[in-house]
Amino acid sequence: MRVRLFALLLLLSCGAVVGLAQAASTLEAVKQRGHLRCGVSQGLPGFSTPDGSGGWTGLDVDFCRAVAAAVLGDADKVRFAALSAKERFTALQSGEVDLLARNTTWTLSRDAELGFHFVGVLFYDGQGFMVPKELGVTSVAELDGATICSNAGTTTELNLADWFRARGMDYQPVVFEKSDEVAAAYDAGRCDAYTTDRASLYAQRNKLKNPDAHVILPELISKEPLGPLVRRGDDQWFSIVKWTLYVLIGAEELGLTSANVEEQRQRSRHPEVQRLLSVNGNSGQGLGLGPDWAYNIIRQVGNYGELYQRNLGRAPLGIERGLNALYTDGGLMYAPPFR
Amino acid sequence: MRVPERTAAVLAWARRNLFSSPLNALLTLLGLWLLWLVVPPLLQWLWLQADFVGSSREDCRGDGACWVFVRVHLDQFLYGFYPPAERWRVNLGIALLLVPALPLLIPPLRRFRRVWLLALLAYPPVAWWLFHGGLGLSVVDTGLWGGLFLTLVIAATGMAAALPLGLLLALGRRSRLPVVRATATVFIEFWRGVPLITVLFMASVMLPLFLPSGLSLDKLLRALIGVALFAGAYMAEVIRGGLQGVPAGQYEAAQALGLSYWQQMRLVIVPQALRMVVPGIVNVFIALFKETSLVLIIGLFDLLGVVQAAVTNPDWLGFVLEGYVFAAAVFWAFCYGMSRISRRLERRPDMKAQEQQEMA
Amino acid sequence: MLQALLLAAVLGAIVWMFGNALDNLARQGIASGFGFWNERAGFAIATSLIEYSETSTYGRAFLVGLLNTLLVSALGVVFATVLGFLIGIARLSPNWLIRQWAAAYIELVRNVPLLLQIFFWYFAVLRPLPQPRHSIELLGLAYLNNRGLYLPKPILEPGFGWLSAALLLGLVGCLLWLRRARREAGSDRGLRYWLIAGLLLLAPAAAVSLAVGLPLGWELPEFRRFNFRGGLVLSPEFVALLTALSTYTAAFIAEIVRAGIQSVSQGQREAAYSLGLSPGQTLRHVVLPQAMRVIVPPLTNQYLNLTKNSSLAAAIAYPDLVSVFAGTVLNQTGQAVEVIGVTMAVYLTISLVIAALMNWYNRRVALVER
Repeated sequence: MRVRLFALLLLLSCGAVVGLAQAASTLEAVKQRGHLRCGVSQGLPGFSTPDGSGGWTGLDVDFCRAVAAAVLGDADKVRFAALSAKERFTALQSGEVDLLARNTTWTLSRDAELGFHFVGVLFYDGQGFMVPKELGVTSVAELDGATICSNAGTTTELNLADWFRARGMDYQPVVFEKSDEVAAAYDAGRCDAYTTDRASLYAQRNKLKNPDAHVILPELISKEPLGPLVRRGDDQWFSIVKWTLYVLIGAEELGLTSANVEEQRQRSRHPEVQRLLSVNGNSGQGLGLGPDWAYNIIRQVGNYGELYQRNLGRAPLGIERGLNALYTDGGLMYAPPFR
Repeated sequence: MRVPERTAAVLAWARRNLFSSPLNALLTLLGLWLLWLVVPPLLQWLWLQADFVGSSREDCRGDGACWVFVRVHLDQFLYGFYPPAERWRVNLGIALLLVPALPLLIPPLRRFRRVWLLALLAYPPVAWWLFHGGLGLSVVDTGLWGGLFLTLVIAATGMAAALPLGLLLALGRRSRLPVVRATATVFIEFWRGVPLITVLFMASVMLPLFLPSGLSLDKLLRALIGVALFAGAYMAEVIRGGLQGVPAGQYEAAQALGLSYWQQMRLVIVPQALRMVVPGIVNVFIALFKETSLVLIIGLFDLLGVVQAAVTNPDWLGFVLEGYVFAAAVFWAFCYGMSRISRRLERRPDMKAQEQQEMA
Repeated sequence: MLQALLLAAVLGAIVWMFGNALDNLARQGIASGFGFWNERAGFAIATSLIEYSETSTYGRAFLVGLLNTLLVSALGVVFATVLGFLIGIARLSPNWLIRQWAAAYIELVRNVPLLLQIFFWYFAVLRPLPQPRHSIELLGLAYLNNRGLYLPKPILEPGFGWLSAALLLGLVGCLLWLRRARREAGSDRGLRYWLIAGLLLLAPAAAVSLAVGLPLGWELPEFRRFNFRGGLVLSPEFVALLTALSTYTAAFIAEIVRAGIQSVSQGQREAAYSLGLSPGQTLRHVVLPQAMRVIVPPLTNQYLNLTKNSSLAAAIAYPDLVSVFAGTVLNQTGQAVEVIGVTMAVYLTISLVIAALMNWYNRRVALVER
């Protein structure tokens, strides 16, 4: 009898869980929960670094905060999930995170086969190489026969193999899961060169025993457009995250910063600024958001230029804007009109 | 008069134990040479030339180990990234476990057994509340748990879950009902046939896909489930050994008393079986305790994970050995301690008599 | 009734989970199935026993990982057994000092996590070795640096087939001789006996070598721009993993051997001594054969453990099955369910095969006794 009761309970609880599963859209889920769950890397200076007391900083982190500001009106309502390269896709697929901003390269197969939508490009990067100065290497082409360290299971590993094979060059791969392990192996001389996205190379160089003893080679061997991504099947959420990115870029185009956005909302006569900040009407309506969504993003997090400067532009990283400048400055950053 | 006598005894002992044959004498010399090779440098490194005081790597001047490294990171090694202001909760939580556990372990205090057992059952929710927070305490996300604390949490949860699970599985595998037996057998052999690391991978990257969307489990919780299932299967095999060791007469006698299956098991068979396999159970615990270190591969920071992070910290490069020796010492102390306790339980003659009395 | 319920619950749980998975995969348009198996893998693998390049398929990469796992497990089993038996016997040595050494080794190694020991060998012992330029030279033939141990590599030249055939012939002849001699001569095993055995073993091979010259060349490692090239390379990842696996498992095997030897009654030993056998002969011919019956079942478990533990390779990037397949391939394809499922199935198969083999051996040992 007791057994039967137990089985019944089991069935009921299964039913309850299934019922719970039919939750509404991601937007509703996030609002109900009261915080955004955002997947970031386990620690990559400039993109996402834990500060020891549970806080996070970096470009990816700031993007998550921007989405939280747009959706919940408070940039601090984010829970960050530190994900390894292996875990990241499952975590997004399974709904463990609402959004993945983990310096992930946008590729055809990831977009098409893994069931994701990349919302755009947050950072244009390319794969570079770092070598110790004492080797006297000045170009990647001289690395025939070298031992090369990289991250396991990334596009980096594939580009490396392609590039060397295309030139009939030979190399010994040494791959680790975590960036810190790769850097440590390189620092200890386990390999002659370290390859990964160039921004990461700058970041990792600062972690080495003697950063000045290493140079980053001039060539880039690939395109690495890094962007945030969301699950397929929820177009509203996709649009929200995508337009959060464009608000960041557009704000820089329009000269809106976290410092002046308040004042601009009051005084600006610029029609696009007025539209974006919902001076008359609600620019967030189509997205299912309140009128303050864009204002909150800019006020609480900043525009793209501010984010860049704060996380990557200034020392110790000091990475040039390059492709990541606005299109008006010779870069690729461009926001569609807010109309 | 006494001194020569003792000397003679020592000599005799030495002759018997160290120089009984030429080969033996050679082996003794080899042993002494090894001793000479290992002990003095080890002492030099560990202690004589080591640095103990200071707060930065500049204080590491000697040729030996620099224990400053461990001292600086000690809090991190113990608590991981748990917020410093909230660490009293961890200490309190661990101390609380002793309240019901000590009376159960130390014979003279073993009165009111039921009360303490109930308290032990109530412990997990209380500990969860203390560690994780909520209901008046600030929430500490499990992502911040780490160090020895996390190691203990994983090991303790694994042990607590493995015993009942293992017992059920063992009974299932010896059941007369074919479906029950087959299910238990397949379950046990499956978990015993795969490495823990694949189980952890499964828990971290595959399990989420098997849950309905919208329902997501905490990463630590998923790892805990994996560890518990894994340990449960090993425990089942140990307990099965005990069940097989209970003489058939006991089964028959219990049946003859008209007890139901569950009564037979609860009152007669299982208590005897468990007592027989105490050393085996402790061995499973020891193995489990060591294997908790694998969670670092899926990105949880247990003691070894935190140490590994600390030795790759650029400000403290070059103290790999100190970090590992510290971690090894902690693990060793726990595992060796457990194995000593198991040996004592094995030997204690009063245990059987006493428990039988209590049962009566 | 209970059975039906259990069956329903188990089946229900399985159906429910797979339903969820299928639902999750389908709703989000995630690719599933084993279509990736024949696709181009595109990444390189550091060490491979078979031909593998970036253009090979994922299936091939799987095979490379599997073979690397088997390689390190097989070598580990051999080393661990030898070391374990030595220490187990030392644990019962009449020599007090040796006994203490063995006990210290066992208690130290057994109570520290294997992963920590792997880290120790890899990060604390092999990492600090010198850079390639300042390699430690061994006899001008081998080199040791933090990229690995570089050894001369035997190159099989044409005609090697003849040599191996001759060696095989010698081995067979030698074994036949030993068997016959044992049956006939009993205890008469003088110098002559071993001489004939050695001669039988080597004569055919020597004859072939004289006839066609030694068909074996050596490829020496040679320093190039970055490092040594050529020769036989043992990577630090491999060495660290193998060392840690062998020494760790040896401690457990030693305890098994000790228990096995102790299970043989003292009377057996005394009887052997009274027949005039030396302690060594007693151990070899009387004690160990009987102890083996007690030793084999737990030994099986240790071999299984070692094989499963070799999966810790993932932590130090030795390209075993877990690190290549459940690591890189999983990352590249993103198909967690298929990849983890296959990995687990492989280990399950290995476990079952080893268990079956050892059961077979166990039966044989038992039969010989009775």
